[in-house]
Amino acid sequence: MIRFIERHPAWALILLIAVAVLLWLILAVWPPGLEEAIGRKRVFLNALFNGITLGSLYFLVASGFTLIFGLMRNVNLAHGSLYLFGGYIGYAISAWTGSWILGFIIAFFGVALVGIVLQIAVFRRMEGQDLRQTMVTIGLSIVFADLMLWAFGGDFYQIQTPSWLVGPIELPLVTAIKSSGEAVYLRYPLVRLVILVAAIVIGIAMWLALNRTRVGMMVRAGVDDRDMLAATGVPIQLVFVAVFALGAGLAGIAGVVGGTFQSLSPGEDTRFLLASLVVVIVGGMGSIPGAALGAVIIGLAEQLGSVYIPTYAIVVTFLIMVLVLALRPQGLLARR
Amino acid sequence: MFKSCAGLVALSSLLLSGAALAQEKIKVGVTATLEGTYTVLGEDGIRGHQTAINTLGKKVGDKEIEFIIASTDATPDSAVRAVRKLIEQDKVQILLSPLSGDEGIAVKNFAKTRPELTFVNAASGAQETTYVDPAPNFFRYNMDGAQWQVGLGKYAYETKGYRKIATVGDDYSFIYTQVFGLVLEFCGAGGQVTNRQWVPLGTKDFASVIAALPDDVDAIYLGLGGADAVNFLNQYQQAGGKAHLMGGSIMVDQTILSAKGNAKNALIGTIAASGQADTWEDAGWQKFVKAYQDAFPPNKRFPSPSLLATNYYNSTMALILALRQANGDLSNNQAKLKEALAKIELDAPNGKIKLDSNRQAIGTNFVTEVVDDGKGALFSKVVKVIPNVNQTLGYDPAVFSKIGVPSRTVPECKKY
Repeated sequence: MIRFIERHPAWALILLIAVAVLLWLILAVWPPGLEEAIGRKRVFLNALFNGITLGSLYFLVASGFTLIFGLMRNVNLAHGSLYLFGGYIGYAISAWTGSWILGFIIAFFGVALVGIVLQIAVFRRMEGQDLRQTMVTIGLSIVFADLMLWAFGGDFYQIQTPSWLVGPIELPLVTAIKSSGEAVYLRYPLVRLVILVAAIVIGIAMWLALNRTRVGMMVRAGVDDRDMLAATGVPIQLVFVAVFALGAGLAGIAGVVGGTFQSLSPGEDTRFLLASLVVVIVGGMGSIPGAALGAVIIGLAEQLGSVYIPTYAIVVTFLIMVLVLALRPQGLLARR
Repeated sequence: MFKSCAGLVALSSLLLSGAALAQEKIKVGVTATLEGTYTVLGEDGIRGHQTAINTLGKKVGDKEIEFIIASTDATPDSAVRAVRKLIEQDKVQILLSPLSGDEGIAVKNFAKTRPELTFVNAASGAQETTYVDPAPNFFRYNMDGAQWQVGLGKYAYETKGYRKIATVGDDYSFIYTQVFGLVLEFCGAGGQVTNRQWVPLGTKDFASVIAALPDDVDAIYLGLGGADAVNFLNQYQQAGGKAHLMGGSIMVDQTILSAKGNAKNALIGTIAASGQADTWEDAGWQKFVKAYQDAFPPNKRFPSPSLLATNYYNSTMALILALRQANGDLSNNQAKLKEALAKIELDAPNGKIKLDSNRQAIGTNFVTEVVDDGKGALFSKVVKVIPNVNQTLGYDPAVFSKIGVPSRTVPECKKY
């Protein structure tokens, strides 16, 4: 932190001002002039929060994607299919048992199992052949998409939100003051906050697992130099399988989350594959903090864009990607 | 040398066999949105198409019609690609295409480059397709989006007492046309449309759009369809939305009303207008519903056909009947077929349909209200039936042409 300020004093100052302005925008009651210029505070706060919660969903999908890439150099283009499959499992389980939580657990293990099978039966056979693996994952994603279309049809599925999560809650953030002097607080969907908290918990848990445990150490060593790690006697295939299972399982969980606050249907697989590709390109291939940063940036860009520049909202995401590729092609938080 | 010669022979024999086949069969290319946001709509369209084939059969005299289906994703370029593929690779002579608004405009423009072929619109409903510079070989047996909104504005203003409304819609030609129809009538009656929000087709996260909805309106009009509509309703429920809703023709439709989950319950009591109403008691409609239900097992269809199924049913029926009138004669640039298509009057399940001079349908429209059938299934109930709705919505053509082509901001909210 201090080193960053010493090395880039100008950037640090700009960042500091940006954070201060943002905090003021969130906490202060907006003067009428500002409301006239950029709309009501309620809309801004909602867009901001939505961007962050959408980012947390993107993070869940993209973190598995980036982990698998980081360790195995395998660009798994079937990752979107794993997302959708997890969503369908979650739907089936929660519709059958009535338990949302159980849907998550079974989706995680179910999709992780698919990941294990994929790693053992397919990718191990073509280890080190990046291009071939990538081509195979494209093929698999098409096959999976058709299998799921066959099994579930083209209908929209929504995973039932448990009744204790339906509806909005009031947050202690003032959006406006009524003429009577009474403060109006921000009302925000509870389920999105829960998803945000869950994503943060998962993110921190992953960070701890990667940085504080023995297995995490092996994974990090594998990301840096796979061959060297294998040479030291670590059962690298086992590590590969475990990481693939974890990455796939996270995509499965993300599927249940996506099915809860959006919907599941054919085509969602490619959409989330594209989203996670953009996220990891912006954040840096193979970096978990990069995935988190990228996810929040893309989520915010989509949501703020849809409110303030609806016509061009769809372009903003790709504009960010182009800018990152032009200025910092390895991604924002990638190590050189 | 020998190799290339053999290849040439093989190629020419292939071409020859293609020509031989074409003489025995009439090849019809069908496109539907079987991918992307509108997948469910495309699937049900194909069910309607199949129902028509079940009812009428595929025989035209001693020839048989062969239908070849291609998939699109509601974007204009996907539709043109599919149509090209059907014409160039599958050698179809007639097109039954497309499903969605922007696709319709693109296919109409493409139709002009192939004046010898015949294009029957499957379900698309943008006004521009048949109103602005229509193609002489493009026939549309469904009404456009504005015709499908006739009656809604007046009903909202007079019966429901709504005075100020805001709209949210997918950002493309069909929804522009729907909002066009609504705004003309609602503002004509004295109402105000304070805000029109447009979201890109395929939007998944509507939370910010929902937050930006104005509070000071009597109702919010939703011009969404497919996955977008389902996502909107889901997030609307989570945000605790309570406003009165009004729906467009693909918003209040079985494609949405029978979605899985309970978010669709936000639609109960919603008023809407469309080219059909699920619970209409007309004998012809009930017969069609029965034919649709009998054709597919309950888990592979909706409880009642969607607007798309009805449109595909009607367009397929029109094509088969016209082919029979022309005795399957496709010579002379399909002149006989085109003549038969232009003249045909359909006794369609959703009311009589005939074509105007632009080859655009004049038909019946329905104002509806969403009801729960008591077992958790939602249906649109008839409130009002309006026959003989034409493309200029009853306006004098000269006045109508001054309003302009539907877009994000056209028409203005005033009396024309």
